[in-house]
Amino acid sequence: MNDVCIVGIGIHPFGRTEGLSGLEQGVHAVRQALNDAGVEWRDIQFAYGGSDAAGNPDSMVERLGLTGMQFINVRNGCATGGSALFSTQMAIKSGEFDLGLAVGFDKHPRGAFNALPSEYNLPEWYGEAGYMITTQFFAAKITRYMHEHGISPATLGRVSEKAFRNAVHAPHAWRREPVPLDVIMEAPLVSDPYTKYMFCSPAEGGVALILASEKKARELGKPLIRLKAATMRTRPPGSFEVFAPSIDIERGGSATMIASADAFHLAGIGPDDIDVAQLQDTEAGAEIMHMAENGFCRDGEQDQWLAEGRTEIGGHLPVNTDGGCLACGEPIGASGLRQVYENVVQLRQDGGGRQVPGNPRTAYSHVYGAPGVSAVTILER
Amino acid sequence: MRIISEGLITDETPPRLLGGRHKDSGRIVFPCPAGEDFDAYPLQRHGHLWSYTVQRYRPKSPPYTGPEAFEPWAVAYVELPGETIVEARLANIALDEIRIGMPLRLTLIPLDPSASDPIMIHAFEPAGEPA
Repeated sequence: MNDVCIVGIGIHPFGRTEGLSGLEQGVHAVRQALNDAGVEWRDIQFAYGGSDAAGNPDSMVERLGLTGMQFINVRNGCATGGSALFSTQMAIKSGEFDLGLAVGFDKHPRGAFNALPSEYNLPEWYGEAGYMITTQFFAAKITRYMHEHGISPATLGRVSEKAFRNAVHAPHAWRREPVPLDVIMEAPLVSDPYTKYMFCSPAEGGVALILASEKKARELGKPLIRLKAATMRTRPPGSFEVFAPSIDIERGGSATMIASADAFHLAGIGPDDIDVAQLQDTEAGAEIMHMAENGFCRDGEQDQWLAEGRTEIGGHLPVNTDGGCLACGEPIGASGLRQVYENVVQLRQDGGGRQVPGNPRTAYSHVYGAPGVSAVTILER
Repeated sequence: MRIISEGLITDETPPRLLGGRHKDSGRIVFPCPAGEDFDAYPLQRHGHLWSYTVQRYRPKSPPYTGPEAFEPWAVAYVELPGETIVEARLANIALDEIRIGMPLRLTLIPLDPSASDPIMIHAFEPAGEPA
Protein backbone atom coordinates (compact mmCIF):
# COMPACT_ATOMS: atom_id res chain seq x y z
CA MET A 1 0.00 0.00 0.00
CA ASN A 2 1.20 3.48 -0.83
CA ASP A 3 1.23 5.75 2.18
CA VAL A 4 1.94 9.44 2.36
CA CYS A 5 5.13 9.94 4.41
CA ILE A 6 6.55 12.82 6.42
CA VAL A 7 10.12 13.34 5.20
CA GLY A 8 11.06 16.69 6.71
CA ILE A 9 10.21 18.70 9.83
CA GLY A 10 11.08 22.19 10.99
CA ILE A 11 10.02 24.51 13.78
CA HIS A 12 10.58 28.04 15.00
CA PRO A 13 10.53 28.04 18.82
CA PHE A 14 7.15 28.99 20.28
CA GLY A 15 6.64 31.87 22.70
CA ARG A 16 7.50 35.50 22.07
CA THR A 17 10.07 36.56 19.47
CA GLU A 18 10.32 40.33 19.34
CA GLY A 19 11.24 41.77 15.96
CA LEU A 20 10.39 38.67 13.92
CA SER A 21 7.05 38.51 12.11
CA GLY A 22 4.91 35.40 12.20
CA LEU A 23 5.61 34.82 8.53
CA GLU A 24 9.38 35.02 9.11
CA GLN A 25 9.01 32.38 11.81
CA GLY A 26 7.21 30.23 9.24
CA VAL A 27 10.05 30.77 6.75
CA HIS A 28 12.54 29.70 9.42
CA ALA A 29 10.57 26.49 9.94
CA VAL A 30 10.34 25.78 6.19
CA ARG A 31 14.11 26.15 5.71
CA GLN A 32 14.73 23.78 8.61
CA ALA A 33 12.29 21.25 7.14
CA LEU A 34 13.88 21.47 3.67
CA ASN A 35 17.27 20.85 5.23
CA ASP A 36 15.89 17.95 7.25
CA ALA A 37 14.37 16.35 4.14
CA GLY A 38 17.45 17.01 2.04
CA VAL A 39 15.51 18.83 -0.68
CA GLU A 40 15.54 22.34 -2.17
CA TRP A 41 12.68 24.83 -2.19
CA ARG A 42 12.41 24.43 -5.99
CA ASP A 43 11.65 20.72 -5.45
CA ILE A 44 8.47 21.53 -3.51
CA GLN A 45 5.56 21.18 -5.92
CA PHE A 46 2.80 22.68 -3.77
CA ALA A 47 1.97 24.01 -0.32
CA TYR A 48 -0.93 24.52 2.05
CA GLY A 49 -0.22 27.27 4.56
CA GLY A 50 -2.18 28.40 7.63
CA SER A 51 -2.21 31.54 9.74
CA ASP A 52 -5.01 33.05 11.80
CA ALA A 53 -3.62 36.48 12.60
CA ALA A 54 -0.20 36.89 10.96
CA GLY A 55 -0.94 37.50 7.31
CA ASN A 56 -1.26 35.57 4.08
CA PRO A 57 0.90 32.42 4.12
CA ASP A 58 1.45 32.48 0.35
CA SER A 59 3.42 35.72 0.84
CA MET A 60 6.21 33.33 1.89
CA VAL A 61 7.17 32.69 -1.71
CA GLU A 62 8.74 36.16 -1.77
CA ARG A 63 11.22 34.98 0.89
CA LEU A 64 11.62 31.35 -0.17
CA GLY A 65 11.78 31.69 -3.94
CA LEU A 66 9.47 32.58 -6.82
CA THR A 67 9.23 29.13 -8.35
CA GLY A 68 5.63 29.58 -9.51
CA MET A 69 4.48 26.71 -7.32
CA GLN A 70 0.88 26.21 -6.17
CA PHE A 71 0.31 27.69 -2.68
CA ILE A 72 -3.14 27.59 -1.03
CA ASN A 73 -3.96 29.46 2.19
CA VAL A 74 -5.94 27.74 4.96
CA ARG A 75 -7.84 29.40 7.80
CA ASN A 76 -9.79 27.00 10.00
CA GLY A 77 -9.59 28.18 13.60
CA CYS A 78 -7.55 25.97 15.91
CA ALA A 79 -7.79 23.20 13.29
CA THR A 80 -5.87 25.32 10.75
CA GLY A 81 -2.71 23.23 10.96
CA GLY A 82 -4.66 19.99 10.85
CA SER A 83 -6.57 21.20 7.82
CA ALA A 84 -3.35 22.19 6.04
CA LEU A 85 -1.89 18.76 6.73
CA PHE A 86 -5.09 17.00 5.66
CA SER A 87 -5.12 18.93 2.39
CA THR A 88 -1.44 18.29 1.69
CA GLN A 89 -1.96 14.60 2.26
CA MET A 90 -4.97 14.48 -0.07
CA ALA A 91 -3.08 16.21 -2.88
CA ILE A 92 -0.36 13.52 -2.74
CA LYS A 93 -2.86 10.69 -2.28
CA SER A 94 -4.63 11.82 -5.42
CA GLY A 95 -1.49 11.07 -7.41
CA GLU A 96 -1.22 14.65 -8.64
CA PHE A 97 1.93 15.49 -6.66
CA ASP A 98 4.89 13.70 -5.03
CA LEU A 99 6.33 16.34 -2.70
CA GLY A 100 4.48 19.07 -0.81
CA LEU A 101 4.59 21.37 2.18
CA ALA A 102 2.20 21.94 5.09
CA VAL A 103 3.20 25.08 6.98
CA GLY A 104 1.61 27.09 9.76
CA PHE A 105 2.64 30.16 11.72
CA ASP A 106 1.11 32.87 13.86
CA LYS A 107 1.81 35.86 16.05
CA HIS A 108 -0.98 36.93 18.43
CA PRO A 109 -1.14 39.97 20.69
CA ARG A 110 -0.86 39.41 24.45
CA GLY A 111 -3.94 38.53 26.47
CA ALA A 112 -6.95 36.39 25.63
CA PHE A 113 -8.05 35.90 22.03
CA ASN A 114 -10.31 38.74 20.97
CA ALA A 115 -13.05 37.25 18.84
CA LEU A 116 -15.87 39.29 17.35
CA PRO A 117 -19.49 38.07 17.11
CA SER A 118 -19.77 38.74 13.37
CA GLU A 119 -16.96 36.24 12.72
CA TYR A 120 -19.12 33.49 14.21
CA ASN A 121 -22.58 34.42 12.91
CA LEU A 122 -23.59 35.69 16.37
CA PRO A 123 -25.56 38.85 17.29
CA GLU A 124 -23.61 41.91 18.42
CA TRP A 125 -25.17 41.92 21.92
CA TYR A 126 -23.43 38.61 22.66
CA GLY A 127 -20.07 40.35 22.52
CA GLU A 128 -21.26 43.61 24.08
CA ALA A 129 -22.53 41.78 27.18
CA GLY A 130 -19.20 39.98 27.70
CA TYR A 131 -19.88 36.44 26.46
CA MET A 132 -17.42 36.41 23.54
CA ILE A 133 -14.71 34.82 25.67
CA THR A 134 -13.22 31.38 25.05
CA THR A 135 -12.12 30.90 28.66
CA GLN A 136 -15.75 31.10 29.87
CA PHE A 137 -16.73 28.21 27.65
CA PHE A 138 -13.78 26.02 28.58
CA ALA A 139 -14.38 26.61 32.29
CA ALA A 140 -18.13 25.97 32.10
CA LYS A 141 -17.51 22.80 30.09
CA ILE A 142 -15.05 21.31 32.60
CA THR A 143 -17.25 22.35 35.55
CA ARG A 144 -20.08 20.26 34.12
CA TYR A 145 -17.72 17.40 33.24
CA MET A 146 -16.23 17.34 36.75
CA HIS A 147 -19.75 17.31 38.20
CA GLU A 148 -20.89 14.42 35.99
CA HIS A 149 -17.76 12.29 36.18
CA GLY A 150 -16.25 13.06 39.57
CA ILE A 151 -13.00 14.65 38.39
CA SER A 152 -11.08 16.41 41.19
CA PRO A 153 -9.43 19.85 40.87
CA ALA A 154 -6.04 18.27 41.72
CA THR A 155 -6.25 16.29 38.48
CA LEU A 156 -6.40 19.57 36.56
CA GLY A 157 -3.32 20.69 38.45
CA ARG A 158 -1.46 17.46 37.65
CA VAL A 159 -2.03 18.02 33.92
CA SER A 160 -0.36 21.45 34.12
CA GLU A 161 2.43 20.14 36.34
CA LYS A 162 3.21 17.41 33.78
CA ALA A 163 3.14 19.91 30.90
CA PHE A 164 5.77 22.22 32.41
CA ARG A 165 7.91 19.27 33.52
CA ASN A 166 7.91 17.76 30.01
CA ALA A 167 8.65 21.12 28.40
CA VAL A 168 11.96 21.39 30.28
CA HIS A 169 13.31 18.95 27.68
CA ALA A 170 11.63 20.50 24.60
CA PRO A 171 13.81 23.22 23.01
CA HIS A 172 10.84 24.59 21.04
CA ALA A 173 8.62 25.05 24.12
CA TRP A 174 7.92 28.46 25.67
CA ARG A 175 7.52 27.83 29.42
CA ARG A 176 10.32 25.47 30.36
CA GLU A 177 10.48 25.85 34.14
CA PRO A 178 8.80 23.21 36.31
CA VAL A 179 5.92 24.56 38.43
CA PRO A 180 5.05 22.67 41.64
CA LEU A 181 1.50 21.36 42.03
CA ASP A 182 0.72 23.52 45.06
CA VAL A 183 1.79 26.68 43.20
CA ILE A 184 -0.47 25.72 40.30
CA MET A 185 -3.42 25.05 42.60
CA GLU A 186 -3.03 28.21 44.70
CA ALA A 187 -2.43 30.63 41.80
CA PRO A 188 -5.10 33.26 41.00
CA LEU A 189 -8.25 31.98 39.31
CA VAL A 190 -8.87 33.10 35.72
CA SER A 191 -12.19 31.35 35.16
CA ASP A 192 -13.20 28.97 37.93
CA PRO A 193 -12.03 26.22 38.42
CA TYR A 194 -9.00 27.15 36.31
CA THR A 195 -6.04 29.02 37.76
CA LYS A 196 -3.62 30.95 35.56
CA TYR A 197 -1.36 27.92 35.16
CA MET A 198 -4.22 25.86 33.75
CA PHE A 199 -4.78 27.93 30.59
CA CYS A 200 -2.44 28.19 27.64
CA SER A 201 -1.67 31.64 26.22
CA PRO A 202 -1.85 32.94 22.68
CA ALA A 203 1.72 32.90 21.40
CA GLU A 204 3.98 32.94 18.35
CA GLY A 205 5.73 30.27 16.35
CA GLY A 206 5.98 28.41 13.08
CA VAL A 207 6.04 24.75 12.00
CA ALA A 208 6.69 23.16 8.61
CA LEU A 209 6.22 19.56 7.52
CA ILE A 210 7.31 18.17 4.15
CA LEU A 211 5.20 15.31 2.88
CA ALA A 212 6.05 12.88 0.12
CA SER A 213 4.59 9.92 -1.68
CA GLU A 214 6.04 6.63 -0.45
CA LYS A 215 7.97 6.28 -3.72
CA LYS A 216 9.48 9.75 -3.34
CA ALA A 217 10.26 9.12 0.34
CA ARG A 218 12.20 5.98 -0.57
CA GLU A 219 14.15 7.94 -3.21
CA LEU A 220 15.09 10.47 -0.55
CA GLY A 221 16.34 7.62 1.62
CA LYS A 222 14.50 8.83 4.70
CA PRO A 223 13.14 6.58 7.48
CA LEU A 224 9.50 6.09 6.55
CA ILE A 225 7.19 7.96 8.91
CA ARG A 226 3.81 7.05 7.47
CA LEU A 227 0.74 9.27 7.78
CA LYS A 228 -1.78 6.48 8.28
CA ALA A 229 -4.72 8.82 8.86
CA ALA A 230 -5.48 12.54 8.77
CA THR A 231 -9.09 13.55 9.39
CA MET A 232 -10.84 16.88 9.89
CA ARG A 233 -14.48 17.04 10.99
CA THR A 234 -17.11 19.57 12.07
CA ARG A 235 -19.56 19.15 14.94
CA PRO A 236 -22.52 16.77 15.22
CA PRO A 237 -25.88 17.70 16.86
CA GLY A 238 -25.88 18.17 20.64
CA SER A 239 -22.23 19.13 21.02
CA PHE A 240 -21.09 21.87 23.46
CA GLU A 241 -18.99 24.48 21.68
CA VAL A 242 -17.25 27.79 22.15
CA PHE A 243 -19.53 30.84 21.84
CA ALA A 244 -22.90 29.11 22.40
CA PRO A 245 -25.79 31.35 23.59
CA SER A 246 -27.77 28.13 24.07
CA ILE A 247 -27.07 24.39 23.91
CA ASP A 248 -29.38 21.42 23.43
CA ILE A 249 -30.67 19.53 26.48
CA GLU A 250 -30.23 16.31 24.55
CA ARG A 251 -26.45 15.96 24.70
CA GLY A 252 -24.61 14.51 21.71
CA GLY A 253 -21.08 13.70 20.64
CA SER A 254 -18.35 16.06 19.51
CA ALA A 255 -16.31 16.88 16.44
CA THR A 256 -13.40 15.22 18.25
CA MET A 257 -15.28 11.95 18.67
CA ILE A 258 -16.06 11.59 14.98
CA ALA A 259 -12.65 12.81 13.77
CA SER A 260 -11.04 10.30 16.13
CA ALA A 261 -13.26 7.36 15.21
CA ASP A 262 -12.65 8.06 11.52
CA ALA A 263 -8.90 8.23 12.02
CA PHE A 264 -8.77 4.90 13.86
CA HIS A 265 -10.94 3.35 11.15
CA LEU A 266 -8.65 4.62 8.39
CA ALA A 267 -5.51 3.46 10.19
CA GLY A 268 -7.01 0.08 11.03
CA ILE A 269 -5.89 0.27 14.66
CA GLY A 270 -7.48 1.25 17.98
CA PRO A 271 -6.64 3.48 20.94
CA ASP A 272 -4.82 0.63 22.70
CA ASP A 273 -2.34 0.46 19.82
CA ILE A 274 -1.15 4.08 20.24
CA ASP A 275 2.30 4.56 21.84
CA VAL A 276 2.33 8.36 22.28
CA ALA A 277 -0.37 11.06 21.94
CA GLN A 278 -0.54 14.84 21.60
CA LEU A 279 -4.03 15.98 22.66
CA GLN A 280 -5.39 19.52 22.46
CA ASP A 281 -4.74 21.07 25.87
CA THR A 282 -5.62 24.74 25.53
CA GLU A 283 -6.53 24.31 29.19
CA ALA A 284 -5.84 21.51 31.65
CA GLY A 285 -9.39 20.14 31.51
CA ALA A 286 -9.28 19.88 27.73
CA GLU A 287 -6.57 17.24 28.00
CA ILE A 288 -8.72 15.40 30.56
CA MET A 289 -11.87 15.45 28.42
CA HIS A 290 -9.98 14.73 25.19
CA MET A 291 -8.42 11.60 26.71
CA ALA A 292 -11.96 10.19 26.82
CA GLU A 293 -13.32 11.80 23.64
CA ASN A 294 -10.45 10.26 21.65
CA GLY A 295 -11.16 6.84 23.15
CA PHE A 296 -8.07 6.41 25.33
CA CYS A 297 -10.01 6.04 28.60
CA ARG A 298 -13.58 6.12 29.86
CA ASP A 299 -15.20 9.25 31.29
CA GLY A 300 -14.23 9.47 34.95
CA GLU A 301 -11.10 7.32 34.80
CA GLN A 302 -8.83 10.36 34.40
CA ASP A 303 -8.36 10.96 38.14
CA GLN A 304 -6.82 7.53 38.48
CA TRP A 305 -4.79 7.84 35.25
CA LEU A 306 -3.21 11.10 36.40
CA ALA A 307 -2.67 9.95 39.99
CA GLU A 308 -0.88 6.83 38.71
CA GLY A 309 1.18 8.80 36.17
CA ARG A 310 -0.20 6.84 33.22
CA THR A 311 0.19 9.83 30.88
CA GLU A 312 3.76 10.61 31.93
CA ILE A 313 6.67 10.15 29.46
CA GLY A 314 7.35 6.69 30.89
CA GLY A 315 3.69 5.81 31.44
CA HIS A 316 1.14 3.61 29.70
CA LEU A 317 0.22 6.39 27.21
CA PRO A 318 2.51 9.45 27.27
CA VAL A 319 0.41 12.55 26.51
CA ASN A 320 1.74 15.94 25.36
CA THR A 321 5.40 15.02 25.57
CA ASP A 322 6.63 18.54 24.68
CA GLY A 323 4.34 20.24 27.21
CA GLY A 324 1.50 20.77 24.75
CA CYS A 325 -0.28 24.09 24.38
CA LEU A 326 0.01 24.68 28.13
CA ALA A 327 3.80 24.98 27.90
CA CYS A 328 4.23 25.96 24.23
CA GLY A 329 1.41 28.50 24.00
CA GLU A 330 -0.94 28.57 21.05
CA PRO A 331 -0.04 30.25 17.79
CA ILE A 332 -3.27 29.09 16.14
CA GLY A 333 -1.92 28.46 12.64
CA ALA A 334 1.08 26.46 13.88
CA SER A 335 -0.28 24.63 16.90
CA GLY A 336 -1.75 21.54 15.25
CA LEU A 337 1.41 21.07 13.17
CA ARG A 338 3.55 21.32 16.32
CA GLN A 339 1.82 18.21 17.63
CA VAL A 340 2.73 16.29 14.48
CA TYR A 341 6.28 17.68 14.58
CA GLU A 342 6.61 16.36 18.13
CA ASN A 343 5.24 12.97 17.09
CA VAL A 344 7.81 12.69 14.29
CA VAL A 345 10.56 13.57 16.78
CA GLN A 346 9.30 10.81 19.08
CA LEU A 347 9.02 8.19 16.31
CA ARG A 348 12.57 9.02 15.15
CA GLN A 349 13.67 8.68 18.78
CA ASP A 350 15.15 12.17 18.74
CA GLY A 351 13.32 13.35 21.88
CA GLY A 352 16.36 13.47 24.19
CA GLY A 353 15.21 14.05 27.77
CA ARG A 354 11.56 13.79 26.75
CA GLN A 355 11.94 10.67 24.57
CA VAL A 356 9.23 8.07 25.12
CA PRO A 357 11.01 4.81 25.99
CA GLY A 358 10.37 1.43 24.39
CA ASN A 359 10.76 2.28 20.70
CA PRO A 360 7.37 3.89 19.96
CA ARG A 361 5.91 2.95 16.57
CA THR A 362 2.54 4.76 16.56
CA ALA A 363 1.74 8.37 17.40
CA TYR A 364 -1.57 10.25 17.61
CA SER A 365 -2.36 13.96 17.40
CA HIS A 366 -5.61 15.84 18.02
CA VAL A 367 -6.72 19.48 17.81
CA TYR A 368 -10.05 21.07 18.64
CA GLY A 369 -11.27 24.60 18.07
CA ALA A 370 -14.07 27.07 17.51
CA PRO A 371 -16.75 26.82 16.31
CA GLY A 372 -16.63 23.05 16.76
CA VAL A 373 -13.91 21.61 14.53
CA SER A 374 -11.39 18.87 15.16
CA ALA A 375 -8.48 17.31 13.29
CA VAL A 376 -6.72 14.03 14.09
CA THR A 377 -3.62 12.35 12.66
CA ILE A 378 -2.11 8.92 13.22
CA LEU A 379 1.54 8.30 12.33
CA GLU A 380 3.29 4.94 12.08
CA ARG A 381 6.94 4.12 11.72
CA MET B 1 -35.82 50.60 30.30
CA ARG B 2 -33.40 49.79 27.49
CA ILE B 3 -32.60 46.17 26.60
CA ILE B 4 -29.22 45.44 25.02
CA SER B 5 -30.93 44.25 21.85
CA GLU B 6 -34.39 44.16 20.29
CA GLY B 7 -36.04 40.75 20.15
CA LEU B 8 -34.35 39.18 23.17
CA ILE B 9 -37.32 39.26 25.56
CA THR B 10 -41.12 39.30 25.30
CA ASP B 11 -43.14 42.48 25.79
CA GLU B 12 -44.88 41.35 28.99
CA THR B 13 -44.41 41.69 32.76
CA PRO B 14 -42.40 39.88 33.89
CA PRO B 15 -40.72 39.27 30.54
CA ARG B 16 -39.60 35.95 29.14
CA LEU B 17 -36.59 35.21 26.93
CA LEU B 18 -37.55 34.96 23.29
CA GLY B 19 -36.16 31.76 21.82
CA GLY B 20 -36.80 30.13 18.47
CA ARG B 21 -38.45 26.83 17.61
CA HIS B 22 -37.33 25.09 14.42
CA LYS B 23 -40.31 24.64 12.12
CA ASP B 24 -39.40 21.09 11.08
CA SER B 25 -37.43 19.52 13.93
CA GLY B 26 -38.98 21.38 16.88
CA ARG B 27 -35.48 22.10 18.24
CA ILE B 28 -35.55 25.12 20.57
CA VAL B 29 -32.68 27.61 20.64
CA PHE B 30 -31.85 31.04 22.07
CA PRO B 31 -31.86 33.69 20.70
CA CYS B 32 -34.36 33.28 17.85
CA PRO B 33 -32.30 33.10 14.64
CA ALA B 34 -33.11 35.42 11.75
CA GLY B 35 -34.48 33.84 8.60
CA GLU B 36 -37.45 31.61 7.95
CA ASP B 37 -36.48 28.33 9.64
CA PHE B 38 -37.51 29.28 13.20
CA ASP B 39 -40.72 30.56 14.82
CA ALA B 40 -40.40 32.88 17.83
CA TYR B 41 -40.86 30.84 21.01
CA PRO B 42 -41.01 32.44 24.49
CA LEU B 43 -38.99 30.39 26.98
CA GLN B 44 -40.10 29.54 30.51
CA ARG B 45 -38.78 31.79 33.27
CA HIS B 46 -37.71 29.02 35.63
CA GLY B 47 -34.90 26.51 35.34
CA HIS B 48 -31.89 25.10 37.14
CA LEU B 49 -28.14 25.58 36.98
CA TRP B 50 -26.48 23.22 34.46
CA SER B 51 -22.95 24.62 34.71
CA TYR B 52 -21.13 27.86 35.43
CA THR B 53 -17.85 29.70 35.79
CA VAL B 54 -16.68 33.05 37.10
CA GLN B 55 -15.37 35.71 34.71
CA ARG B 56 -12.44 37.12 36.69
CA TYR B 57 -10.91 39.58 34.22
CA ARG B 58 -12.44 42.42 32.23
CA PRO B 59 -13.27 41.28 28.68
CA LYS B 60 -11.61 43.19 25.83
CA SER B 61 -13.39 46.12 24.20
CA PRO B 62 -14.53 45.83 21.51
CA PRO B 63 -16.74 43.88 21.62
CA TYR B 64 -17.47 44.28 25.38
CA THR B 65 -19.36 47.51 26.17
CA GLY B 66 -19.58 47.13 29.96
CA PRO B 67 -18.05 49.65 32.36
CA GLU B 68 -14.28 50.14 32.75
CA ALA B 69 -14.63 49.30 36.43
CA PHE B 70 -14.65 45.53 36.79
CA GLU B 71 -15.97 43.14 39.41
CA PRO B 72 -15.94 39.37 38.75
CA TRP B 73 -19.28 37.98 37.68
CA ALA B 74 -20.71 34.49 37.35
CA VAL B 75 -21.82 33.22 33.96
CA ALA B 76 -24.00 30.13 33.81
CA TYR B 77 -25.72 27.66 31.57
CA VAL B 78 -29.29 27.33 32.81
CA GLU B 79 -31.42 24.33 31.83
CA LEU B 80 -35.02 25.23 31.04
CA PRO B 81 -36.58 21.75 31.21
CA GLY B 82 -37.96 20.49 27.93
CA GLU B 83 -36.70 23.56 26.05
CA THR B 84 -32.99 24.39 25.92
CA ILE B 85 -29.93 25.29 28.04
CA VAL B 86 -29.40 29.07 28.00
CA GLU B 87 -26.18 30.99 28.70
CA ALA B 88 -26.74 33.89 31.09
CA ARG B 89 -25.19 35.93 33.89
CA LEU B 90 -26.03 34.91 37.47
CA ALA B 91 -27.29 37.68 39.77
CA ASN B 92 -28.03 38.17 43.46
CA ILE B 93 -25.85 35.31 44.67
CA ALA B 94 -22.43 35.05 46.32
CA LEU B 95 -19.85 33.43 44.06
CA ASP B 96 -19.12 30.71 46.63
CA GLU B 97 -22.78 29.75 46.99
CA ILE B 98 -23.33 28.68 43.39
CA ARG B 99 -24.27 25.00 43.04
CA ILE B 100 -25.08 22.90 39.96
CA GLY B 101 -28.78 21.98 40.08
CA MET B 102 -29.90 25.02 42.06
CA PRO B 103 -33.31 26.45 40.99
CA LEU B 104 -33.14 29.78 39.16
CA ARG B 105 -35.49 32.32 37.61
CA LEU B 106 -35.07 34.96 34.92
CA THR B 107 -34.34 38.56 35.80
CA LEU B 108 -32.85 41.62 34.10
CA ILE B 109 -29.73 43.38 35.38
CA PRO B 110 -27.87 46.53 34.28
CA LEU B 111 -24.73 46.01 32.19
CA ASP B 112 -23.32 49.07 34.03
CA PRO B 113 -24.79 49.29 37.57
CA SER B 114 -23.58 52.89 37.97
CA ALA B 115 -25.26 54.22 34.81
CA SER B 116 -28.29 56.49 35.26
CA ASP B 117 -30.23 54.95 32.39
CA PRO B 118 -28.52 51.55 32.19
CA ILE B 119 -28.68 49.04 29.35
CA MET B 120 -30.27 45.86 30.69
CA ILE B 121 -29.11 42.29 30.02
CA HIS B 122 -30.71 38.96 30.88
CA ALA B 123 -29.60 37.05 33.97
CA PHE B 124 -30.87 34.36 36.33
CA GLU B 125 -31.17 34.61 40.11
CA PRO B 126 -31.82 32.06 42.86
CA ALA B 127 -35.46 30.99 43.02
CA GLY B 128 -35.53 29.39 46.46
CA GLU B 129 -36.56 25.78 46.97
CA PRO B 130 -37.50 23.64 43.96
CA ALA B 131 -41.24 23.74 43.26
